[in-house]
Amino acid sequence: MKLSVDGLLVYFPYEYIYPEQYAYMLELKRSLDAKGHCLLEMPSGTGKTATLLSLIVAYMVEYPETVRKLIYCSRTVPEIEKVIAELQNLMAYYERHCPIPPPFTGLVLSSRKNMCIHPEVSKEREGKAVDGKCYGLTASYIRDRHEMDTETPICQYFEGFSLEGKESTLPVGVYSIDDLKEYGRSRNWCPYFLARYAIAHAHIVVYSYHYLLDPKIAQVVSKEMSRESCVVFDEAHNIDNVCIDSMSVKINRRTVERSTNALNQLTKMVQDIREEDTNRLNEEYQRMVQGLKDASVQRDTDMILANPVLPNDVLTEVVPGNIRNADHFLSFLRRFIEYIKTRLRVHHVVQESPAGFLKDISSKICIERKPLRFCAERLSSLLRTLEISDMTEFGALTLITHFATLVSTYTKGFTIIIEPFDDKTPTVSNPILHFSCLDSSIAMAPVFSRFQTVVITSGTLSPMDMYPKILDFDPVVMSSFTMTLARPCLLPMIVSKGNDQVTISSKFETREDTAVIRNYGQLLVEVAKTVPDGIVCFFTSYLYLESVVASWYDQGIVDTLLRYKLLFIETQDNAETSYALMNYVKACDCGRGAVLLAVARGKVSEGVDFDHHYGRAVLMFGIPYVYTQSRILKARLDYLRDQFQIRENDFLTFDAMRHAAQCVGRALRGKTDYGIMIFADKRFSRHDKRSRLPKWIQEHLVDSFCNLSTEEAVQLARRWLRRMAQPFTREDQLGISLLTLAQLENMEQEKLERQAQGKQGVGGEVQEL
Amino acid sequence: MTTSSEDVLLQMGEVRYKKGDGTLYVMNERVAWMAEHRDTVTVSHRYADIKTQKISPEGKPKVQLQVVLHDGNTSTFHFVNRQGQPAMLADRDKVKELLQQLLPNFKRKVDKDLEDKNRILVENPNLLQLYKDLVITKVLTSDEFWATHAKDHALKKMGKSQEIGVSGAFLADIKPQTDGCNGLKYNLTSDVIHCIFKTYPAVKRKHFENVPAKMPESEFWTKFFQSHYFHRDRLTAGTKDIFTECGKIDDQALKAAVQQGAGDPLLDLKKFEDVPLEEGFGSVAGDRNVVNSGNIVHQNMIKRFNQHSIMVLKTCTNVTSGPSTMTNGTNNANGPVSQSAYTNGLNGKASATATKSSADQVDKDEPQSKKQRLMEKIHYEDLGDPLVEADDDAANGDRASKSKQFELSKVERYLNGPVQNSMYDNHNDPMSLEEVQYKLVRNSESWLNRNVQRTFICSKAAVNALGELSPGGSMMRGFQEQSAGQLVPSDFQRELRHLYLSLSELLKHFWSCFPPTSEELEAKLQRMHETLQRFKMAKLVPFENRAMHELSPLRSSLTQHMNQLLRTANGKFATWKERKLRNTR
Repeated sequence: MKLSVDGLLVYFPYEYIYPEQYAYMLELKRSLDAKGHCLLEMPSGTGKTATLLSLIVAYMVEYPETVRKLIYCSRTVPEIEKVIAELQNLMAYYERHCPIPPPFTGLVLSSRKNMCIHPEVSKEREGKAVDGKCYGLTASYIRDRHEMDTETPICQYFEGFSLEGKESTLPVGVYSIDDLKEYGRSRNWCPYFLARYAIAHAHIVVYSYHYLLDPKIAQVVSKEMSRESCVVFDEAHNIDNVCIDSMSVKINRRTVERSTNALNQLTKMVQDIREEDTNRLNEEYQRMVQGLKDASVQRDTDMILANPVLPNDVLTEVVPGNIRNADHFLSFLRRFIEYIKTRLRVHHVVQESPAGFLKDISSKICIERKPLRFCAERLSSLLRTLEISDMTEFGALTLITHFATLVSTYTKGFTIIIEPFDDKTPTVSNPILHFSCLDSSIAMAPVFSRFQTVVITSGTLSPMDMYPKILDFDPVVMSSFTMTLARPCLLPMIVSKGNDQVTISSKFETREDTAVIRNYGQLLVEVAKTVPDGIVCFFTSYLYLESVVASWYDQGIVDTLLRYKLLFIETQDNAETSYALMNYVKACDCGRGAVLLAVARGKVSEGVDFDHHYGRAVLMFGIPYVYTQSRILKARLDYLRDQFQIRENDFLTFDAMRHAAQCVGRALRGKTDYGIMIFADKRFSRHDKRSRLPKWIQEHLVDSFCNLSTEEAVQLARRWLRRMAQPFTREDQLGISLLTLAQLENMEQEKLERQAQGKQGVGGEVQEL
Repeated sequence: MTTSSEDVLLQMGEVRYKKGDGTLYVMNERVAWMAEHRDTVTVSHRYADIKTQKISPEGKPKVQLQVVLHDGNTSTFHFVNRQGQPAMLADRDKVKELLQQLLPNFKRKVDKDLEDKNRILVENPNLLQLYKDLVITKVLTSDEFWATHAKDHALKKMGKSQEIGVSGAFLADIKPQTDGCNGLKYNLTSDVIHCIFKTYPAVKRKHFENVPAKMPESEFWTKFFQSHYFHRDRLTAGTKDIFTECGKIDDQALKAAVQQGAGDPLLDLKKFEDVPLEEGFGSVAGDRNVVNSGNIVHQNMIKRFNQHSIMVLKTCTNVTSGPSTMTNGTNNANGPVSQSAYTNGLNGKASATATKSSADQVDKDEPQSKKQRLMEKIHYEDLGDPLVEADDDAANGDRASKSKQFELSKVERYLNGPVQNSMYDNHNDPMSLEEVQYKLVRNSESWLNRNVQRTFICSKAAVNALGELSPGGSMMRGFQEQSAGQLVPSDFQRELRHLYLSLSELLKHFWSCFPPTSEELEAKLQRMHETLQRFKMAKLVPFENRAMHELSPLRSSLTQHMNQLLRTANGKFATWKERKLRNTR
């Protein structure tokens, strides 16, 4: 349909529209008009992506000067592909119905692992290996070497691309990963580099968060994006963690060992080169003396990772004298690694600030702050000079130099924690140095300042006031939409006690209580008896899952459960879990029904949808608090308290509730879908927890559903399921939760009239006065 | 009925049959009963005829043994030992056990086949009629009939016997019971054994290897229950356990399957991440979440649960792997894509581009199925289809989801069909030129005749003729719809129907041989042709003759169509033959 959103003609590729989609468009447009950032929550399964895309594309058509580009960031590869598919729908619709279809190019960028079409390289399973091999075939000096000696292998696709592809632009259209691959194959061009070049000109770019948030990658990939861009972070409920992770480094003993090896290798190489050809090293040295930027920096194939610090913080000075010489630099690094090694040899936990670390390092081994800051750049320059074709071995060393650069650049918002052993296994020495970012706004700040509109959206952003605080920005629009429903297709319930009236809760004191575990088991068995098809359960942690399953086995609950449904459990091995998931889906498909036990914050809870019969009920066993004994978390909590005045408890509850909402939200993916959401913990019924659930869940969580026993809950579920099983047609929805264009216009008309009347009324009063 | 040549294995006195006392003989090949003081055997059943034996339940006053024969007859023997009930029971059991040993040797597979065939015929009256018409009249041999014409039925029959699925909790159903003195008793039924074999093929193999060569059945199961394999919390079992290998086999199978990947891009957790970074950087999840609990027992148990569920699931998917066992459209994740006609323009594009390149097939299929999955995922059924293919009447949204309705402007025209007309319906026959010419000449002759007649007819006769030709007149009877029904007696109708049925069945197979590309098909064609000829001689001609006698007005018109069908077939066969001869020459 073609609708008018506040005067803007929007092409919406469906013939019906949800009322909340329209409201969402209105808010989004307001924030685009204001050129400001916004925070929008809309339930999953209400067509958020389609709404976002159609409005922003319409805006770009109408005001091409104001918004030139749309950068759409999502979390997982399947999400990204879904966005592209929606975009393809939209553009196809434009082509059909718009008199002059906009000549927009949309494309996706993903890692080499997903995009490579080289017959051998693409066979590699690990992303790292693909990157390394690709580098070994496409780096500039490799190609130079190939010119001298045709025996040196190069990548034909990259050669094809660099010969003819760089100048030509991608034909107008929307390209998914597979489309790009296909196009690359037909032209003999490398799809990865094609996409890398094309995103500079494309109107719509879809990629993963990291390509924009992680400075090391963003510097390589997303350097040239105009300010007149609209950036969308979809599924952004976890964005603060992504920000933090992108600035953090973790060093363990293996890293140190591997970097020592790499260092030895480098030393040997430098020696060899010196004997053969001193020129190369001298040239490099000269370049640094003159402070010339590396000419080869321009050649993008040579860059795997850029400087880990934010662009504003990168020093533009020349490399200090004491690390200009390759030998000096290597011995400098050797000292640094030795120092880290000694630091890892602790027997108790050490926590210190970056400033303290720098002071210590300067007093112990006389390393100054300034050369440390250049470490990352200096190493990448050296690696280039040495013309190393296999980068995979130098990963650990790169990590160490990044740590050096980061620790010497940022003194605020970071902490260093050295743990000599894992808390669970105090006898096994496994020292880890965490360099942890505490402030999510650090990585986010350049994005907010660089682009005029940043949209942060997700199905679960409640409580919303937390995000502006922890990301440190001022949204012009902040809004949460509920789901208009023609029938109550979600049934949230809080089960607080078992049939024997024992309070169920996963709180620490009662966690191991057999009565609680048994009640959880009975709840699951009862639900499995009542609910058809798939059931998903989330536990607060993997450890808890393990121990509960073990107790259930001993108590015979597993056997009872197996009588009703098959049982699948998430494991810590991704491949195994994927296989179990596939079988879970198969079991749901063939009508046998299955139960999936998964972990909140795990991969399953973040990336897999359990729509329709794949998840008719979700059970949340306990409140998924983060592991509070973690020192990194404690440091972060302290920081949040000091810097942003966020109370520890507030943050912990916020974090737990967003994950709980995320988990239960997995089951409901649309208005025709229906699902039961069971929160099995007494503590959920408390106001501070309940009120932090997203509005669209809270609306259906009436007081009478907040303190149920297992039996009562099952009773309610049974009645509700019977109701849901009735046929549900579009006609039932029309006018309530689904609108035609005419209905939408009517609604608008009425609203306007009401407003007009209201004004008149006010005016009348004024007259009377 | 002599007993001389046979060994009597058991002689049991005081057995009553039909209220007469006598002796029961269990012999080598049959069971026989002789009344007291007689020389002749009154009852004699060959073991091959016996289907099964039944015994009276315990506690009943009468101690009886019943022999059920394949033809449904039964003989009941009543044991009346004077020494009382226990003795009667002992007698009966002796007979029973002996029979139990003997009967299986005589169970012939043929019987089962016959029984099956019989059942199929009984259940399908049409097929039975076909059988009567074709086989009993020797048009076809029985084997031929079952091999070609009733194949579908036979197969369907096989498929219809739905297999009993495996309950997920079948291992739990073997409830161990303590027997009071430090032992456990497991109840093992044949169902459970069947389930175990089905779910764990490795155990089945072990069973096959070991029982009864190396150990008796019971020992095998005892070992099974003792093994770590049976217990979920097993770690590594000792080497002496014969089931260690089974565990290993299962583990390997699982590992191989896991390696293969999920197949569904939306479920493959490994491929979710899109971070090209070294481990150690914060963004790389991986080991961030891995908190190794160190409790290998628990982890193993979880692995077992997954494995168990997967294997149970496998048993039912093996059976139902046929076409579209799934009910929902959104689900055949890794099924063949071509099956579902997903009519989306974008998808079409993808397939078009995909088919363009003749690169490797695997690479091509994958994006397509992925694409389809994605389209399913982003599809909101209530928002309507993405209006990509929309045309002028875009309002009619659910058009695509509903299949096109078959609309008829004139129903009766469809039901009655075009009126048969011998002038036209030969048009696709390979008619020779002369034939056409001849027909034309004849037709033109008749025109001439009519012209002549018209001039010579008197007005009275004309009025009469008009009367006859008006509705209700005798000449118009043949044109009314129900006329055939009224004129032909019902038995003729039935027979006609049967004839049609048989003929069309035969013709179906005849035409299915075209074009005869292989030797086999040619042979079949030849055979079918002969069969058709036989059919004509054996069935059609007698029927026609009968019709000629009894229903003179209709006569050949009844079989006209059938004859025509046969003619067409013959004509086709003749041309084929001719052509073939020409080719070989």
